Amino acid sequence: MKRFNSLTEIRKEILSGNLTCETLVNYYLENINKKKHLNVFLEVYSEEALKEAKLIDAKLKNGTAGKLAGMVIGIKDVISHKGHGLQAASQILNGFEAQFNATVIDRLLREDAIIIGRQNCDEFAMGSSNENSSFGPVLNDADNTCVPGGSSGGSAVAVQADFCLASLGSDTGGSVRQPASFCGVIGLKPTYSRISRWGLVAYASSFDCIGIFTRSIEDNALLLEIIAGADDFDSTVSFKEVEQYSKGFPIPKKLKIGYLKEGIGNGVSASVKEKTLGSIAKLKAQGHDLHEVEIPFLDYILPVYYILTTAEASSNLSRFDGVRYGHRTKEQTDLLGMYKKSRAEGFGEEVKKRIMLGTFVLSASYYDAYYTKAQKVRRLIKDKTDELLAEFDFIIMPSAPTTAFKINQFSKDALAMYLADVFTVQANIAGIPAISIPNGVDSNGMPIGLQIISASFTENKLLSFSDYLLNLN
Amino acid sequence: MSIDKETIQKIAHLARLEFNEEKEAEMVKSMNRILDWMEVLNKVDTENVKPLTHMSAEVNVLRVDEIRPGLSHQEALLNAPKKDSDYFRVPKVLE
Amino acid sequence: MSLRDKYQPVIGLEVHCQMLTISKAFVGDSAEFGDLPNTNVSVITLAHPGALPKANKTAVEFAMKIGLACGSEISRYNEYARKNYYYPDLPKGYQITQDKHPICIGGKVKIKLNDGSYREVQLNRIHMEEDAGKSIHIDGETDTLVDYNRAGVPLIEMVSEPDLFSSDEAYQFLTEVRKLVRYLEICDGNMEEGSLRCDANISVMLKGSKTLGKKVEVKNMNSIRNVQRAIEHEIDRQIDQLEKGETIISETRTFDAGTGKTASMRTKEEMNDYRYFPEPDLQPIIVSEEWLTNIRSAMPPLPNYLLDKFQKQYGLPEYDAYVLTDNKEIALFFEEICGKTTNYKAASNWVMGPVKSFLNELTLHIKDYPVTPAKLAELIELVDSRKVSHTAAQQTIYPEMLISPAKTPLQLAKELNILQDSNSDSLLPIIKSVLAEMPAKVAEYRGGKKGILGLFMGEVMRRSKGKADPKLASELVIKELDSIE
Repeated sequence: MKRFNSLTEIRKEILSGNLTCETLVNYYLENINKKKHLNVFLEVYSEEALKEAKLIDAKLKNGTAGKLAGMVIGIKDVISHKGHGLQAASQILNGFEAQFNATVIDRLLREDAIIIGRQNCDEFAMGSSNENSSFGPVLNDADNTCVPGGSSGGSAVAVQADFCLASLGSDTGGSVRQPASFCGVIGLKPTYSRISRWGLVAYASSFDCIGIFTRSIEDNALLLEIIAGADDFDSTVSFKEVEQYSKGFPIPKKLKIGYLKEGIGNGVSASVKEKTLGSIAKLKAQGHDLHEVEIPFLDYILPVYYILTTAEASSNLSRFDGVRYGHRTKEQTDLLGMYKKSRAEGFGEEVKKRIMLGTFVLSASYYDAYYTKAQKVRRLIKDKTDELLAEFDFIIMPSAPTTAFKINQFSKDALAMYLADVFTVQANIAGIPAISIPNGVDSNGMPIGLQIISASFTENKLLSFSDYLLNLN
Repeated sequence: MSIDKETIQKIAHLARLEFNEEKEAEMVKSMNRILDWMEVLNKVDTENVKPLTHMSAEVNVLRVDEIRPGLSHQEALLNAPKKDSDYFRVPKVLE
Repeated sequence: MSLRDKYQPVIGLEVHCQMLTISKAFVGDSAEFGDLPNTNVSVITLAHPGALPKANKTAVEFAMKIGLACGSEISRYNEYARKNYYYPDLPKGYQITQDKHPICIGGKVKIKLNDGSYREVQLNRIHMEEDAGKSIHIDGETDTLVDYNRAGVPLIEMVSEPDLFSSDEAYQFLTEVRKLVRYLEICDGNMEEGSLRCDANISVMLKGSKTLGKKVEVKNMNSIRNVQRAIEHEIDRQIDQLEKGETIISETRTFDAGTGKTASMRTKEEMNDYRYFPEPDLQPIIVSEEWLTNIRSAMPPLPNYLLDKFQKQYGLPEYDAYVLTDNKEIALFFEEICGKTTNYKAASNWVMGPVKSFLNELTLHIKDYPVTPAKLAELIELVDSRKVSHTAAQQTIYPEMLISPAKTPLQLAKELNILQDSNSDSLLPIIKSVLAEMPAKVAEYRGGKKGILGLFMGEVMRRSKGKADPKLASELVIKELDSIE
């Protein structure tokens, strides 16, 4: 069987009788089995997926199937799926069974998507390489000595390696876009509050977004259309109407597009620079108006990000205390000891470090110096970003300064890994939508990604432009 | 900004974490490195800038005062590491 | 001069009131008290990964009500905040509360002092938050048992300024607050059951000093009386320490109702760093003029308002007004009677007396009282129009009304044959004939023996078969006697 790149292709094959959901699921299960070493799935729901497939095949026959019938999808281990394990790739949630469905899961299932399994990621979504999972790293399918990116590494590789047609991940500082870039697939982070966070294991509440990995823009648009929009459970979700993203959006003949100066400068690798320049040239050749812009407050973006996300995370992760669920230490101890040992045993190093940082930043003596200061600078960054996006239709830049780096490359220097997030973090600070689309490969065949950002709630135009740009190649 | 071992211990206690000596020393080092890096924020003039506290534009997101289905008693205790038929159980505080 | 005279105690109170909402503050679990453990819980209450809060509109409106009642400034812009600490009964590891933008700022509670004068105690703020679950410690058990039914129940916290100066004032303050929350029907104000809780901050300073002493927090007082006792003890303890030359340690102490003393809490309650920050999972609450106006117009009459009204409009003495306004439903019952009769004092007497003792004896709530205010008003009118004597009303008709509440007092009076004859036209012939038959006695009366009036009255009453209105009859007899030549 060949690889499918869109739901449209699949539905066509099913309609012509050449394919069933059952055979499709079996195909994916085989692929997963063949490449177990990639360590993508923490759990594969083979039986369940096949059972669902048969039911949906019947629905397709009698014309009652939902819009996502034929779509096989994987879910990052941070999205609550009732009756299934939920661990955020951490030991602290060993044995935990989710007791409710995330809104996105309900909406996927309602339209007959098949969920094939839960995917490995950095522990509690903290990381940029998927090396922080307590279940071992995920490997990049293009080069097994390289990382897939993170934190949604498993979700990106699943789509890259044809384990499913799409994945849902989460993006707090670039965790969908950067792995999409490293793995040569499409990764969308919508506007903050576009998709309900009900059921998303919280890392940093004012940054977290559920994101979508696909091979085609049309799949991304369809999935967004289905899972986006207000629900009864998330108080922060936007009540703005959900547009029909799958219908596409007319692109004006002449666009005003900004490109980041830093994206074609000394801070990016030669191949990334070359491909980015290539995209700029193509757009110019089409008659669009291209301008160089600078990242506002470039030097402050990452400190703001780390101060605010670790602060929120330190509070969000307090609930993992061994009292009501999850790991509790086996040592005989009093209450204080139980807390400390359970958490010390259950959390990985990176998570502990970020909890410590966040606790420090919120502590009474330092609150104003760090936390309040960071919130003020956040406002400056957001305002400036919104200003830029009022002036420009889109701003483009590389999704990451390099292609996928080697496993363990940053093991001695976490700070250096933090710095590599520089292009993606801005969208989370400002809450705007951003997408990474494949933009060729380097001389080693390693994928390069181009990131496009636009103003809040303009996913329609963002997706259409992305499609347009992909077709320009 | 430089933090010492004592501060790390206070923070660890607040966060209900514990470290052995080696890890503690590591934590002092890596925290200090990161904090130094964050000092750069002091260069930004934020006079008269209001802190950004909410990223969503919604307000007055309120729920009608009524009962919604929750968990049954069994379901509630399902994932508990230690329990009896009625309660969650934790070790007592040491006097 | 006694030691007490040398020192000025200063007290601030923090009162937590459990809201009488149907569901919890941030989740749709039942807020009911007393159900079997861990039966009113959900993934939100248990802080499962991925769960999110959503604010209860009624809880917000209750907070607005108490703010309006205390004359607080209602904040137009409200935020929730997280207060971070670890305890088994705090599922998220933080409590959702309000920090920088509380719903009510300032406000006052009017209390009556021992000398009969009034003072307004200043409030610092009133804010919304959620309750924790219950931790149960049992002797002999190595485990603490945890029940999360109460976790998430909405609370209102009222913080007073250090503006109370004796344990009596504290007692009065709490009594007023309890009355107020019951009037507003936002809390049942029961300290024994824990729906009303109080922590006290107590310090002493030398009289005339400008600097406050070190304050000590006292917890674990489960009745208004115990708050008073605890404060009394604590004041004495602090004075004693200072007199010995020792300094007061700023700490948290627990009250022991058995010994009447406060003791240092042995648990390592070092100054906790709560790391407050704005709650990112809840959006701000903007209170519009319209919303506020709607709440204001739906407010019930408040105790102080009724207290004033009963004295000024109904002319009742302060004592009556206090008794009648102690309970809102009784006050409103009384008001209903006043809608049907202008003899407000009589209405007051009836409610303070027979009605209340009936309720007390049978431990009933006024809503279960069998007789309607309208019928009590009728009874009052019956007495005032002299159709029955007051004694007959109280001792004969009223008891029957309790048994047959559907019958009117007039009906009963007729049935029981105790209608007075207040008709001069029917009485006069009787009187005239009585006097005509006793000329000698009439002469004696006119000669100065006024006591003989009783003899005439007795005969008139006998001949009218006891129905003559004694007052009227007496007047008429005297008139007749005086008019005889």
